[in-house]
Amino acid sequence: MTILLHIGRYFLLLRDTLSRPERMSLYWRRTLEEMDLLGVNSMGIVALLSVFMGAVITIQTTSNIDSAWIPAYVVGFTTRQSTILEFSPTIISLILAGKVGSNIAAEIGSMRVKEQIDALDIMGVNSAGYLILPKIVASVIMNPFLIIISMFLSIFGGWLAGVGTGIISSEAFIEGIQYSFDPYTVTYALIKTVVFAFIITTISAYQGYYTKGGTREVGISSTRAVVYSDVVILITNYALTQLLLI
Amino acid sequence: MIEVQGLSKRFGDVQVLTDINATFSKGLVNQIIGMSGSGKSVLAKCMVGLHKPEEGKVLYEGRSFHDMDIEEKRGIRQEIGMLFQGAALFDSMSVLENVMFPLKMFSDMPRSEMQDRAHVCLDRVNIVDKDSLFPAELSGGMQKRVGIARAIAMNPKYLFCDEPNSGLDPQTSIVIDELIKELTQEFDTTTIVITHDMNSVMETGENIVFVHKGRMWWSGTREELLNSDNAELNDFIFASEMMRIVKRSLSGKA
Repeated sequence: MTILLHIGRYFLLLRDTLSRPERMSLYWRRTLEEMDLLGVNSMGIVALLSVFMGAVITIQTTSNIDSAWIPAYVVGFTTRQSTILEFSPTIISLILAGKVGSNIAAEIGSMRVKEQIDALDIMGVNSAGYLILPKIVASVIMNPFLIIISMFLSIFGGWLAGVGTGIISSEAFIEGIQYSFDPYTVTYALIKTVVFAFIITTISAYQGYYTKGGTREVGISSTRAVVYSDVVILITNYALTQLLLI
Repeated sequence: MIEVQGLSKRFGDVQVLTDINATFSKGLVNQIIGMSGSGKSVLAKCMVGLHKPEEGKVLYEGRSFHDMDIEEKRGIRQEIGMLFQGAALFDSMSVLENVMFPLKMFSDMPRSEMQDRAHVCLDRVNIVDKDSLFPAELSGGMQKRVGIARAIAMNPKYLFCDEPNSGLDPQTSIVIDELIKELTQEFDTTTIVITHDMNSVMETGENIVFVHKGRMWWSGTREELLNSDNAELNDFIFASEMMRIVKRSLSGKA
């Protein structure tokens, strides 16, 4: 029963969020601020994670397919496929759920407990739209860029680790990342990224928006935002893979 | 004028307000008084539409707020200014941006005109040269005054003040009370102050509604308040020694 209540309230909040903005110029300015806060400020952690993720994939793949029957370029191929299909869109989105999701829930939750959302409502401002819509738009625009950067850096990290440690030649790795490339895999990854960005922002915003109590509850909302976003991302990942790849 | 008719509000199994009837007049400082937990803040939140009552109506100049569509409600809300207990200033905005916010949202003024209007409001509450400070850098009293400046930025017809003196020293409380009284006369607003501070009642209360156990227990003027024979009301207003001294001096027994 409780879960149905939450699902119902989530969709009602979405309806309010996606209703017509009062002042488009103000919303646009807020969207640019959120693009900086949620997107540009996440660049560092995404870059760091991606480089090491690619490096580990390359080393693990090499150590697991150490056979004369398997050509060396398979390492590059596996690194590319794993990165584009799964690691960049899904793992980085899970990381962003932790960074961005907790930030969104804490910010909106603090505004709720300090009555700032009530102040917006009383002024006649659509508080859900004003606070949440710019975050959704910003994430849906910025996350695909982050994921594309992550793909490049992850493959670069794999090349760096493979060539740097001498476990694979540069030529074999590059041959592998070019081998049998299907551009649809990138489209699939970007579709997933956009859906995950929407999930992260809306679930986190929902947790923050309906925070009741004080600072302790803001912390609880923040934790819930991350946990629920992660769970929904994993389930959606499975469903999208089934729908788009099979 | 705002009228409350037969208003009842329940949270789950807890009946918070029962059949409240009250009238809040224009150009007066109307006060809703009562003990903590009596339901006065819930009543105010029902009046501004933050809570939906199970029964009853809130009429703004005869128009039922809860029967309005969403656009009409937003229209009425743009005529409401509210000062919250904790001021509820936006943390990420400076003092000037906080006061300019409703103007940016709802007026077509050019930016320079908005700034001028915001400065007029800030000057009115004696906040000078604090434009670029953020709420965290202000004292409690200053935050309240900026909250008032933001509330009057749109020339409201209705001004709600929720516990405007909470957490303030007696001197600052008097400054805030006087400011609310002056603004009510100046802008001819229907002002509603939610308070349990008897000093504030004695300073500014003109039309007083006493809420007790979620019911409207008594209403009248300040003079009637001091001479009432309502037992619960007397228990509330004469709880402090200072008020008992006031009563004794009024009845000539000092």
